[in-house]
Amino acid sequence: MTQEDLTITDPKMKAHGVNVFYGEKQAIKDVSIDVGTDLVTAFIGPSGCGKSTFLRSLNRMNDTVASARVTGQIELDGEDIYAPSMDVVQLRARVGMVFQKPNPFPKSIYDNVGYGPRIHGLAPSKADLDVIVERALVRAGLWDEVKDRLGESGTALSGGQQQRLCIARAIAVDPEVILMDEPCSALDPIATAKIEELIHELRGKYAIVIVTHNMQQAARVSQRTAFFHLGTLVEYGKTTDIFTNPKQERTKDYITGRYG
Amino acid sequence: MTFNAAALLLLIAGLALIGWLAGRARSNLLAGRAGTKLHSRPQYHGWYVALWLFAPAAIFLAVWSSVSPALITNQVLTSEAAQSLPAFGFERGAILSDARSVAQGDQAAVRLPAAAPLVKPYADASHKYAWIGIAAMLALALAGGLYAFTRIRPDFRARSRVEKIVMLVLLLASLVAILTTFGIVLSLLFESIRFFRLVSPAELLFGTTWAPTSGAPQPDTFGGIPLFWGTVLIGAIIAMIVAIPTGMMTAVYLTQYAAPAVRKWVKPILEILAGVPTVVYGYFAALTVAPALREFAVMIGIPNASTESALAAGIVMGVMIIPFVSSMADDSINAVPQAMRDGSLALGATPNETIRQVLIPAALPGVMGGILLAVSRAIGETMIVVMAAGLSANMTANPFASVTTVTAQIVKLLTGDQEFDSAKTLAAFALGLVLFVVTLLLNIVALRIVKKYREAYE
Repeated sequence: MTQEDLTITDPKMKAHGVNVFYGEKQAIKDVSIDVGTDLVTAFIGPSGCGKSTFLRSLNRMNDTVASARVTGQIELDGEDIYAPSMDVVQLRARVGMVFQKPNPFPKSIYDNVGYGPRIHGLAPSKADLDVIVERALVRAGLWDEVKDRLGESGTALSGGQQQRLCIARAIAVDPEVILMDEPCSALDPIATAKIEELIHELRGKYAIVIVTHNMQQAARVSQRTAFFHLGTLVEYGKTTDIFTNPKQERTKDYITGRYG
Repeated sequence: MTFNAAALLLLIAGLALIGWLAGRARSNLLAGRAGTKLHSRPQYHGWYVALWLFAPAAIFLAVWSSVSPALITNQVLTSEAAQSLPAFGFERGAILSDARSVAQGDQAAVRLPAAAPLVKPYADASHKYAWIGIAAMLALALAGGLYAFTRIRPDFRARSRVEKIVMLVLLLASLVAILTTFGIVLSLLFESIRFFRLVSPAELLFGTTWAPTSGAPQPDTFGGIPLFWGTVLIGAIIAMIVAIPTGMMTAVYLTQYAAPAVRKWVKPILEILAGVPTVVYGYFAALTVAPALREFAVMIGIPNASTESALAAGIVMGVMIIPFVSSMADDSINAVPQAMRDGSLALGATPNETIRQVLIPAALPGVMGGILLAVSRAIGETMIVVMAAGLSANMTANPFASVTTVTAQIVKLLTGDQEFDSAKTLAAFALGLVLFVVTLLLNIVALRIVKKYREAYE
């Protein structure tokens, strides 16, 4: 299995020398990292260390912030995503995202999941869309809970269900990478456990990158861990190594709870 | 001696200043004694005395200034000279006001001979009530001031008392608008009731012929339907067809696409548009838009094309309403959480798809509320329709024809020679009442929708 060796032979995404600026302020300094195809990669670090900023540069969501500027190279399957020829809309369909706070649209559960396939024309007929919606909800582990009330509003679900709905919504457009920005920080422990279980099941189907400030969560769900501090990537390696045998003093201090 | 409210107000303000100094001096004196510590700083004691001195006297002054003319007139009417006055109407009022002007020194001599014998009773009565008022006011001021002054003790909580009085003053200020609204409704209501004694409400609300001045051979008819139709055609249909799409697109552009620099320029310009006096829009409609539309209509062969057309008034009114709709839509779209927009963009939707399928549906209740408020503004708008829509009460769906609206007819009924007790004049109040009720309902519904929608995202 690839997860046992440190080198990633077939990276899904490659970042090289990436800097992110918000106006004059530099939020990310010279970060290089490879994201494995069949792996869950966790970004950890104290608040404000830039891990979410870096995550958002992987699908160019930083473009929506007027003052943000990205330099360096980020590749998806060897293709530069910041190249002028790259279609941002297509990129985001390939690199999906789940946000910190569940953000279902004020539409029915069915329409929430069907939204992406509809705009991308993935479902030529209603029957096709039914199949896609069901498969996404099944994969997100939500189908049994909502199959009898697909017409109800997505905002009426509980927080944990809403977050799984958002995951189903991302899955429905059949992405290659799923970015998760602290997906459990607004959820209770039971809902968190369900999301973690779901991440386990999704591993291998999608390359998953998860930002978390919960170190136990990183240890539980990921195979690779990157530790960010003050906008730099301090250490990146196998999760087991990072947590049991960190090479950097700063990583060790953070892991053992000396700051953060 | 006449009752000069402004001078008296200055007088009690002067007294209040003395009260302030006295209150402060006394508390300073108390504080100077060994072993005492004041609860409140000396100036609060000063303010406490000053407010007690000023407020009751000022309130009395306000009430007295509005009540005393009636009292004076009442006394004059009981005098012998008043018994020969005509019993009712315009003449009686004119004679009385003529006598009053002379008695108060506003004019040198009477204009109407009948007013001459009334001058002296008027002067006497004003004199008497002025003295009563001044005496009562001073008594109140002194009583209030003394009451407050004697309460000054080291442990007296003047600070909290002043806070309470300030709160009361603020409360009174906010009541002004509410009480005014009540006053307006009542005055409309009373005049309307007088109208409905002459003409049945059913005729006004459902009648289809509006001819208040048809003259002697035919009786006047007050069927309001043509006016209501004209109002709806201009304010709710044509104006909204112009304002809603333009306003919405403006809002979408400003919130989603415009660079901050563009937004910084366009928003204030829109606000200036909202501040242009409506009479200026009226000129624009009557002198520029209406003739152009008429030429166009004649060119394509539409019958009954008039220089005063529903279309001209409606289009210009729509333009006037654009800033209103766009700023409400702007607020509603901005109130949709950023997370909603991000969620859609992250699925690979374009900004346009995001706006159409996520932002506008989410913002719709707020936008609807804004549109209802805009309609209520449009149907109450007067100048544009008076100048551009015309005064002929036609029931027509032809937008190039002349129609009239409720507001335009109110203006027409109330301008020129008028008697204030004829059905024709009273009809203006009844129309005003109808308009008031409709806009009030629209506003209530709109505000409810907007409020409910705000709650959904909080």
